[in-house]
Amino acid sequence: MSCFTTKFADELIANAAYIGTPGKGILAADESTGTIGKRLASINVENVESNRRALRELLFTTPGALPCLSGVILFEETLYQKSSNGTPFVEMLKSAGVLPGIKVDKGTVELAGTNGETTTQGLDGLGERCKKYYEAGARFAKWRAVLKIGQNEPSELAIHENAYGLARYAVICQENGLVPIVEPEILVDGSHDIHKCAAVTERVLAACYKALSDHHVLLEGTLLKPNMVTPGSESAKVAPEVIAEHTVRALQRTVPAAVPAIVFLSGGQSEEEATRNLNAMNQLKTKKPWFLSFSFGRALQQSTLKTWGGKEENVKKAQEAFLVRCKANSEATLGAYKGDAKLGEGAAESLHVKDYKY
Amino acid sequence: MSAFVGKYADELIKTAKYIATPGKGILAADESTGTIGKRFASINVENIESNRQALRELLFTSPGTFPCLSGVILFEETLYQKTSDGKPFVDLLMESGVIPGIKVDKGVVDLAGTNGETTTQGLDSLGTRCQEYYKAGARFAKWRAVLKIGATEPSELSIQDNAKGLARYAIICQENGLVPIVEPEILTDGSHDIKQCAAVTETVLAAVYKALNEHHVLLEGTLLKPNMVTPGSDSPKVTPEVIADYTVTALRRTVPPAVPGIVFLSGGQSEEEATLNLNAMNKLDVLKPWTLTFSFGRALQQSTLKAWAGKTENVAKAQATFLTRCKANSDATLGKYTGGASGDSAASESLYVKGYKY
Repeated sequence: MSCFTTKFADELIANAAYIGTPGKGILAADESTGTIGKRLASINVENVESNRRALRELLFTTPGALPCLSGVILFEETLYQKSSNGTPFVEMLKSAGVLPGIKVDKGTVELAGTNGETTTQGLDGLGERCKKYYEAGARFAKWRAVLKIGQNEPSELAIHENAYGLARYAVICQENGLVPIVEPEILVDGSHDIHKCAAVTERVLAACYKALSDHHVLLEGTLLKPNMVTPGSESAKVAPEVIAEHTVRALQRTVPAAVPAIVFLSGGQSEEEATRNLNAMNQLKTKKPWFLSFSFGRALQQSTLKTWGGKEENVKKAQEAFLVRCKANSEATLGAYKGDAKLGEGAAESLHVKDYKY
Repeated sequence: MSAFVGKYADELIKTAKYIATPGKGILAADESTGTIGKRFASINVENIESNRQALRELLFTSPGTFPCLSGVILFEETLYQKTSDGKPFVDLLMESGVIPGIKVDKGVVDLAGTNGETTTQGLDSLGTRCQEYYKAGARFAKWRAVLKIGATEPSELSIQDNAKGLARYAIICQENGLVPIVEPEILTDGSHDIKQCAAVTETVLAAVYKALNEHHVLLEGTLLKPNMVTPGSDSPKVTPEVIADYTVTALRRTVPPAVPGIVFLSGGQSEEEATLNLNAMNKLDVLKPWTLTFSFGRALQQSTLKAWAGKTENVAKAQATFLTRCKANSDATLGKYTGGASGDSAASESLYVKGYKY
């Protein structure tokens, strides 16, 4: 094959397919210590390990939530944490049929000579780290590449660097038993219209799949985590049906059928927007040979965080808020969301932060 | 969009979709004067215009064949020829629901410094020529790029040059109203196994679709004409099911779902082999977001030519033979072919010619 042969091939294919189970999606709970600090700060909670642990326990023990999830992406610290009764989080997730995943990139650095464009680091010793994570129970990984739209952006350099970084990460993961989620996020920042976003998305995804081919990646054992195709943050909004049409068309033009599932990032969309857009895509009557689902961070946790406020006595209510979003998105993967989810505080609030840095 | 959407966009999409209609396929009758001369020589027929006209009239007036065909590729001379009672071939075809297509490449030339690898010429004034062909009634075009498998082949140069040539040809066609059939043929010549053919096919197709994206080609208005994935001509044969599995896997890994149809070339396969392989692909129980059909030259005409042998008294018999192959392949596009379409030994005769030059 053009792809390399690995002893993990069957397992990678099975796990990638499982993550693409209709009715399920991914909770992105892999906020780095710095990033989760910002979230906790917004609800006046101290950024200490016990609070970080408490938040994740709140999410993972929400009654009824885990059946809506096929995977949870974790930050390294969380991979080794336990619940308050001593059960490792990884065990808790696995026994509920949820695959643990791990964020493996080490953030972005600037590309000199460009207008603030970046590349992602994390390749050094990645193979060894993946082996360790596999031993700890992780079965998929995530690496976020970031591009932006501007007058001269994304540049050919930024596209190439990020695509080939993703491809190198992907094959190293597969060599070590982890399904790589390939995430080429094109930021929503800007005043461009939806057509521009579509054009850039198609160009970026075409480059990604060429790079994956060059690096002999087994596509059946990968997932794609793209942005939805939308107008820029400073442009007029459009209906979910319009977003769905442009997004699915961009994917039809670039993503081979061998990829089992596409798990969208939510970017700066509100919880409700993200759900409605995903729902509209799944209602669209057109060729979709991959399953369309979610890998949401902010768009699954925002109202939950606000409801919790760091207080023990709010846990139950916060868990109810979390379940509402999980169920809504689960329905959206089936095109069955009726938009009647009880909106928690902040569910309709835009989560866009200009030039968002993780 | 990333794709160029000119004034012909809707028509291109409609035409490409029609050509890919399940149950129909393409007759490749675009043999150049030189090439048809070789065919004629094999049946002792003189290579003069009236004989070339007679052969094509035989094919285009075969009763019952039109429902099996969505298109016919013509050589330039034939585009302007008429039936014996004065009806332009182009009109006859159009009236019968068969779209006329035109071969627009000007053959291959060697790539200096390589081991006999080639590139295809024909880009000069291609736009103007396409306009003329459109006026003459053509609605799709074909351009054949050729690659080979060897110790160090296909080289990166050969892959890049042929992919870029195909992309440039494709966009010029679309600017002028012709649906481009993109044909990156990897010759069967060699002693390689099916796995190597698969690896090369995947690498070549990935490069082709990257180039098409770079050139802003509207994929919904194109068709792909690839080789099937098979062992080399000097290697042991495998079953149609094995060929189907490797071929469809390769296509699922590289051809975006936006492409409406894949129209296989037959290479050196016998009429019966080509039909059985196409049938096996359509029976394969895996998701295929494009239709799989035929664009056969030799594999549709071989036994017909022999039955005709240039004699008017053989026309009816030859037409009946042609109908048999058309129906067999039409059934194969639906996975309904039950084999043994004709007791004719010619149908099983390999049409492989080493180092075949058109």
